Amino acid sequence: MAEPGSNRAPETGAFFQRDRQWHPAAFTPNYKSSVLRSPQKALLSFDNTLSELTGPVFGHAMLGELDNDLIHNFAKAGESAIGERIIVHGRVLDERGKGVPGVLLEFWQANAGGRYRHKKDGYLAPLDPNFGGCGRTITGEDGSYAFRTVRPGPYPWPNGPNDWRPAHIHFSVFGHGFAQRLITQMYFEGDPLIWRCPIVGGISNKEAVEALIAALDMQSTIPMDALAYKFDIVLRGRRSTLFENRPEGN
Amino acid sequence: MAQSLDRLKESPSQTAGPYVHIGLTPNFCGIGGVYQSDLGSTMLNGETKGEHIELRIRVLDGTGTPLKDALIEIWQADANGLYNSPAELRGAADPNFQGWGRQPTDMETGVCLFRTIKPGRVPFRDGRLMAPHITLWIVARGINIGLLTRLYFSDEEKANAEDPILARIEHRVRVPTLIAERQGDTYVFDVHLQGEKETVFFDS
Repeated sequence: MAEPGSNRAPETGAFFQRDRQWHPAAFTPNYKSSVLRSPQKALLSFDNTLSELTGPVFGHAMLGELDNDLIHNFAKAGESAIGERIIVHGRVLDERGKGVPGVLLEFWQANAGGRYRHKKDGYLAPLDPNFGGCGRTITGEDGSYAFRTVRPGPYPWPNGPNDWRPAHIHFSVFGHGFAQRLITQMYFEGDPLIWRCPIVGGISNKEAVEALIAALDMQSTIPMDALAYKFDIVLRGRRSTLFENRPEGN
Repeated sequence: MAQSLDRLKESPSQTAGPYVHIGLTPNFCGIGGVYQSDLGSTMLNGETKGEHIELRIRVLDGTGTPLKDALIEIWQADANGLYNSPAELRGAADPNFQGWGRQPTDMETGVCLFRTIKPGRVPFRDGRLMAPHITLWIVARGINIGLLTRLYFSDEEKANAEDPILARIEHRVRVPTLIAERQGDTYVFDVHLQGEKETVFFDS
């Protein structure tokens, strides 16, 4: 049912089909982990049913005060994470260019030295006792969001003999319909490692890669405090339902 | 030249990577104190209507080895076949059931457990009823774009036989890849990423 108190008519149109040429293919052998984990048979295509069109609602009430502040949300009182302080902000839009409100964004990243707080990460760079590496927020009415963190470091990873990940922040994006569900990564303008990365290289279109590179945004920096990067995210758009045939009674 | 359609392109997907737990289930991987609990870890409360069931899911790679670093989300209707969503226009779903769950696969065994209820039937676009099903979304290191599929139930033979999505599967030998087997109150479901038993994944 529609959210209580909302003036918005619920949107019920099917989502635009995904452009699978724009996304990375499942099988990208230069990224070795994909070799045995990529489906090889054709996907079953069908127009969305209610099961794909619908999705849960996440309310702002679930958020804690420091959820969007990775500099402080794992730090001891009075301390903060080490690294280059940055603000990441932008909007979540749909393919029709409209801001999408109420989108749950969850992000995670390595610390300033390129080390994750995870038992499977054995990189020699040290953990920062004041940095956990996770945060979340929910977009506002115009689709906007912002959070504060430190810029993550690049790091080597076991793929080729000498592969390095560019500095990146992982984003999980939860829109209104389950078929919009998306995980992606944000990269930083000017990082020379982006174009050498086998994971990024799974995307064949240069423009598509550029859509994942956040721009340095000097107008949003806080002088003497934090730099800012702007990163917009686009989710699948919805068709208008105006002329769609409906079964009797609906 | 014609007018521009003036559309944006969806942000390209990137793998969730090996450390997806940090972002989506931080308590599970030892990052305590940031969030009270991991989102989606509990689907039921004492008031939730419907038959309580357990889903026991594994995701197997091309060698048959279970993934130990995957993350699964499920989305389903309530016991009456209503989704707890603003896009559900047919009525109000059970307020004690959000219908969404998230669980990591166990780091030792690769088993992923959900405690939920058996969903009711939901109509297809043309009004015919689909068989009871749960939608799955699977991400992990090595998966470049999240995989969408469904779990159907082995004890719903009649409903499964008339399900419009199952009916679209050309190679009928692949239909059983979407059907979880009932063992007591548990449904066991193996997702095969590759090979002869490769699960039918969706583009919807």
